[in-house]
Parts: sequence; structure tokens; C-alpha cells
Amino acid sequence: MASSNASTDIQSGRLSPDQYSKNFEDIHAPLTKHEAVVEADRCYFCYDAPCMTACPTSIDIPLFIREIATGNPNGSAKTIFEQNIMGGMCARVCPTETLCEEVCVRETAEGKPVKIGLLQRYATDHYMADIGSQPFERAASTGKKIAIIGAGPAGLSCAHRSAMHGHDVTIFEARQKAGGLNEFGIAAYKSTDDFASNEVDFITSIGGIDIKYGAALGKDVMLDDLVGTFDAVFIGAGLPHVNDLSLAGDDAENCIDAVKYIAELRQTDDLSKLPVGRNVVVIGGGMTAIDIATQIKLLGAENVTICYRRGADAMGASAYEQEVAQTNGVTIRHWLQPKALHMNGNMVSAIELEYTSGANGSLSGTGETVTLNADQVFKAIGQSPDDTPFTKTGIELVKGRIGVDENRKTSHAKIWAGGDCVAGGEDLTVASVEDGKVAAENIHKTLMG
Amino acid sequence: MADLTSNFVGIKSPNPFWLASAPPTDKKYNVERAFEAGWGGVVWKTLGEAGPPVVNVNGPRYGAIWGADRRLAGLNNIELITDRDLEINLREMKEVKQNWPDRALVASLMVPCEEEPWKRILDRVLETGCDGVELNFGCPHGMSERGMGAAVGQVPEYIQMVVEWCKQHSNLPVITKLTPNITDVRHPARAAKNGGTDAVSLINTINSIVSIDLDLMAPTPTIDGKGTHGGYCGPAVKPIALNMVGEIARDPLTAGLPISGIGGITTWRDAAEYIALGCGNVQVCTAAMTYGFKIVEEMIEGLSNYMDEKGYKTIEDFRGMAVPNVTDWQYLNLNYITKAKIDQDLCISCGRCHIACEDTSHQAITNMVDGARKFEVIDEECVGCNLCVNVCPIDNCITMEEMTTGSDPRTQKPIDRDYANWTTHPNNPMAAIEPAE
Repeated sequence: MASSNASTDIQSGRLSPDQYSKNFEDIHAPLTKHEAVVEADRCYFCYDAPCMTACPTSIDIPLFIREIATGNPNGSAKTIFEQNIMGGMCARVCPTETLCEEVCVRETAEGKPVKIGLLQRYATDHYMADIGSQPFERAASTGKKIAIIGAGPAGLSCAHRSAMHGHDVTIFEARQKAGGLNEFGIAAYKSTDDFASNEVDFITSIGGIDIKYGAALGKDVMLDDLVGTFDAVFIGAGLPHVNDLSLAGDDAENCIDAVKYIAELRQTDDLSKLPVGRNVVVIGGGMTAIDIATQIKLLGAENVTICYRRGADAMGASAYEQEVAQTNGVTIRHWLQPKALHMNGNMVSAIELEYTSGANGSLSGTGETVTLNADQVFKAIGQSPDDTPFTKTGIELVKGRIGVDENRKTSHAKIWAGGDCVAGGEDLTVASVEDGKVAAENIHKTLMG
Repeated sequence: MADLTSNFVGIKSPNPFWLASAPPTDKKYNVERAFEAGWGGVVWKTLGEAGPPVVNVNGPRYGAIWGADRRLAGLNNIELITDRDLEINLREMKEVKQNWPDRALVASLMVPCEEEPWKRILDRVLETGCDGVELNFGCPHGMSERGMGAAVGQVPEYIQMVVEWCKQHSNLPVITKLTPNITDVRHPARAAKNGGTDAVSLINTINSIVSIDLDLMAPTPTIDGKGTHGGYCGPAVKPIALNMVGEIARDPLTAGLPISGIGGITTWRDAAEYIALGCGNVQVCTAAMTYGFKIVEEMIEGLSNYMDEKGYKTIEDFRGMAVPNVTDWQYLNLNYITKAKIDQDLCISCGRCHIACEDTSHQAITNMVDGARKFEVIDEECVGCNLCVNVCPIDNCITMEEMTTGSDPRTQKPIDRDYANWTTHPNNPMAAIEPAE
């Protein structure tokens, strides 16, 4: 795409083909067999292991690592898949530094946790390359039908576990491709070689899972109809809406929804076609902010600045993720909130930000401002659900998201929910997988009495 | 700086670290490299009779077991005595001794169990100027099938007979190398002493199959689909060797007999332990075969440093100091009470002490205290077994603390600081009856 405004420096093809492939290669090279065995030997096989408790899906980490150490990587992968059928993707995207690896006793002992994430990837990659199809067999058909809304991590996890129990699953997916944020959201360098798509095939290889594409909730498919036709419904719809800055100029072409841009980046077969500003400002403090800032830098932006309205500790992105961005040349500025977009015609040319201060949750502007030139502004200040279909069917919401109990059951007798669309979640792939699994078990129990 | 010089049965060397008779000492090239690296002496790889040399397998000769990170823990071999011509070995030995007069050079010998072959080989090795001979009565594989090696070492009468021949036909110091593949090592040691040996060396390798290849369904190393037992050595055999050394050192019938310690010596500490159990010097093989000859630098420096710290000026200053403290179980003090203690500052909360104790021992370590993950010893249950210390990954995190006052919370019995052993214990039906007061 050529520059659309003389004073706005937005260009595509800022880099050579070699640079694109180098910048977007796997962020962590997979462990070789030797590296995996050496690392596995570091595990102490703890009793009631803290890593296992920290894992949202309760993977038996000491056991799977021991299976790697003893030359049984496929058995190791089975141990992982038993608790988490998306063990492969979670090995790539889990913030292990704030989950299993944070509590590893070797972190306590010497500040170097066992590389659990990379070991999990070693085992699951080994299995998927060596065996390919997922290791579980379907139980005899129960004749029960389950509808699932959304083919993201929560929906696919629920679908797999339900299919395992012998139920017939139909997934309704708004897009033309399954995988949800694994396919459309995660930074490209975390899921290379079409892994997300391959994992969907791996999961659905159990059979009994039918995916209807282009079936958006509230438009192509109605919740009330599903409740009437199916024995149970699971909602894993994610968060389709992206929050706006609520400033004049918000809708300018170069004031961009980060989630949408990342989805385009993930789906494109030619990174050099993406429009990239010279000076880029990212508003937000979560993983999406980090992912867009790092990737736009890797696409050739010259100056990329993340502006976050609170301090580093309050950022949704972990310290490790912040470091990834900074290592790639992104500047992170704290205590700044957007105040105005400066326009040049119908394009944003700069963003004015107000300094903030605050403590114990309160936040106020100081009145002082700074203006940063911006050829592109990316909005990464959170997503929100489309709650209309839910309220229509009488599902209770909590703070705008679906309320669920510990079994991921909503207030509706036939509806369960999980993933980012439910209240109180962690917005992590691994948490969504757990939601889907727990819901499937409870649906099974409810349907089979 | 401590004086590490060694005088073992009249054989002098600048330090007590010798290379054992094995592949590293099979030829001049290796031995001179060893001397350049600093080794005090070598026992040249075992010589056989003149004539066509033995042949080795042409497939794999070694097998191994490993610890974490593939650290070699035990090595097994099916190699025979030297497969080089006797004349070449003798010529090279002579050259090496001339080039390195301050180092110990000992000839290891193995010939058929008849007087004439022994006399012949002894005459020949004398020409080399070597400092002594070691009689290989230990090799457990191959040669033993031909009536040599361990086949001799397992029959005390043969040992005595051959030693007598050697003492009769040679003035060189005779070291008799013992096999561990025997029920009670004191018997061959006594026989060697009765035959007039100057010293014993032990242990030779242990009969072993290190693993079964589960694809080939055969022992490893596998030679065209078959395997055989080999001789086991390396760090894994050290505890077995130390016990055998200790048995000989404290046997009244062999007390004072010089011992050359062999078996899994990998560091200065291993060597010091053998010396503390009475050994005049030590012989090393597997450690060199794993890491190369340079390891002797660590051994020399480490032993010297230890001796300086302890104030021992020579090897003799601490040699055998542990021997009086090796005793029979029945003489251990049953009034000595210890309890495990966990240093909470060092504890990394892996929980291995808890699960080892809970699943397999005395249920004496908590995993939760007031709802939080915490590992504490329950003195009322702790028998002081030391298992938690052994499974803890952190050095010195769990220690065994002696109780000196009060009463044992487990038995409620007051601490009695007087020594009392099984021989007088009331539960012992064979107990010596103490005179009534």
C-alpha cells in the first residue's frame, strides 16, 4: 500500500524478503532431543508439584518431564493432552514465567526454572510429528447433541472433550477458519508454520465434531434456536468488540484496531503488503499492546512507543513480555493517557497524551501533556463482548461478561460458557482450554445423569 | 604444601595416583601422555605369555549406565589383556622407564596357572627395569574362561601358590590384584598374604550386564546379536570396593598388609577416602577414560589442599585413620539418638523428603503446616533414618542433629549418653548377661 497522505509516512515493503522471514521466525527455537533430555534431567519430580498447581489445566508436569527424560516423548505428550488437548499451542503462548515456571523450585533454588514450556513443546511437537492424530478414542455414541459457539480455544477444548464422551458436537464459527485467537490473534512469531491450523486438525481428528463456518451468533445462528435443537450449548464466543479511545479522530484510517491488524498480519501470505507507519504509537498495556508493538517494529516501523496509563507493574503483559518488546526496540512509556488526536486532514498526525499519577487503583491526569508524532496509532485498550444475544436468552451477565459457576454453567439451564467471554477469566489460552474441558465434563454429567 | 610423595612397598612415585592396568596403560604413547599430565605411576596393561597375542572382539567393548545429564556412573568392558605382542610391550616399557625414572612402572601379569610360565614372564619383565609386578587374579571375563584371571582369584589356594612362585622367582615387589566376584574377600587376601605377597590391590571389575538392548533383545555391548557379562567399574562400584578394602584393613589376619585402592576413584575426595581406609596409594581408570588424563591435576591439588587444611604433612599422617571406626553393626551405639532437621531458609519446597518419608518410611515429615506448603520434621515419628537427607536436592538443607538432653519424643525414653550396643540389649536373646548390682 502506498502512502495515502503526503505528510503521513505509511509504507508497505519496508524490509527485504530475508528480513521478513528472519524477523518472523520462531521466537524460541524448539529444543533438540539433547537439549530436552538435559533440561528434563533438571526436574526434581517434586511432590504435589507447585508447577502443576500453577497450571490452569493441571497438567502433570513432573510426570511428563520424567517421560521425556526416560525416552518416552510420545507418552509424555499423552500425559499433557490428557489435561490439555491444546498442549502444543499452550507450550508456545502460555506466559509460563507467571505460571508454572514462576513457582518451579529451581527458580527458588537458583533463579533458573526448568524450561517447562519448551519441554512441553518438545513432547507435543514430537507426538504431532511422529503420530499426528490425537491419542484419544471416542466413547460409544450417546446420541446427545451439543452446540458450541466459537471455534477458539474454549470451544475446541469443549468440543474435543465432549466428542470423547461420545456426544455429537456442532461448532458454529463466525469466521471462515477455526482456531480463534490462536489463528487470528497471537503474535506470528509464537505460532509459526501454520501451527494453529494444524492443531485444529489434530483436535478434530477425534471425530464427531462438525464445524459450521460463517455462522455468526445473533446473525446467522440464534441462541434460542440452538437451545431448542441441541441438548446443551457451550458459548466460547470470545470478545468481538475492541474498545475505542473515545477521542475525536478515533475512526481515522490510521487509528487502527490492533486486534484487527494482527488478524490481517496472521492471515496474510505476504508480510510486505502490510501498511507500516514510520512513527507508531500503541495505546494499551496488555498482551495485545506488546504483540502489535513488537510486530509493527519487526515489520519495519522506525519508532514504536507503547503508552500505558499506569506503571510497569500494573501492565497486563508480564515483565518477560515487556522485555521481548524492548529487546526488539520498542519503547515503553508509563503514566501517559491519550488526550487528543491531532489531525492532518482526515488522518491522525500525532497523539497528545496527558501525564497521569495515581496510587492504590486511583488515577488522575496531571494536566501536563506530551505530543508524539504518529503515522499510525494502534488501539489495544481491551476488548468487550457482544452481549446482546446473551441477554436476549436470559443469561445473567457480570460486569458485561457472562457469569458462570465453577462448572462453567451459566444461569441458563442448558447453557455453559468459557473463555474470554465469561466474567472473571484470565484471558489466557490455557484458561480457555480449562474452561472448555470443565464445561464439557459438567455437560456430560448433566446429560448422562 | 603437603608432601604427596608415595612409597608403596618400596615403589616410589611423586604422588599416590597411579593409572590402573587397563586400556589407558596399553602402550608407550598413552603412558607417556599420562606422565606428562602428572600421574605418579602406571600399572601397564596386563601382559600374557609370549607367542600369538590374544585377540579382542572387533565390535563394541564397553557398556555404561548414566546418571542425570548422562554423567557416566558405571562402565563395563569385555576387553581382554593386552592384544599387542609381548616383545613390543616389553621394549616400550623399558623405554618409558628410562624416560621417566621418577615415576612408578608396574607390570601386570597373567599367564596360565603353572610355575614355568610364571617364571618365564617374571624373567622377561625384569629386563624392563620396572618397579614391581601386579598379579592379575581379577579379570572376570574372557580370560577366566581359560583358567586365568578371576578363575585363579576365586580359589585362595591357587592365589597362594602363584604368589609363592612369584616371590621365589623374582625379587620385585609383588602386588596381588583381587577379584570382588567372591563371597568373602578376606579369604583371597589372607591367601595372598600367606603366599608372601607384598601388597594386595582391589577391586578388579565386577561381573555385570549393564543393560539389555530391548530392540535386539540382547545384553549390551552387543556383538552380532549376542552379549556376555563384562567387568563393571566406575563411580558406581566405589561403595563395594571401599567395603572390601575396609574388610581387609580391619581383618586381624591381614592387618597391616599394604593395599592399593581401586574402584571408582574420580576425585581427590574418593582417593582420600581410600587412604583413610588404609590404602597406601590408589589406582584410577574409569575417570581417566571418561575425562582424559588431565583430571589428575584436580586430584593432586584437591588432596594437597585437604591435607593442608587438616594439617597432614604426608599421606602416612592420615592413612588408615578411619579403619578403627569400621565396626560390626552389633557394636553401634544404640543410645545415640538423631532427628532430622530441615533448614527452612535453604528449603526449596520440592517435597521429596515428605513423599519419601510418607510413602516409604515413617510419616515423619509434614507437607502442610497451617494450610501452607511447608516441610517440617515430626520429632515424635522421626527415627533418624537419614532418607530425607539422601533424597534432598539441596546440600546441607536437611541435617541429622544429635539429641543430647531430655527424652526422645518418639520413644519417650530419656536420652542416655552412655554407650550401649546390641550385645547387651535386653531385646537380644543372645545378650551377655550383665552382673546384678
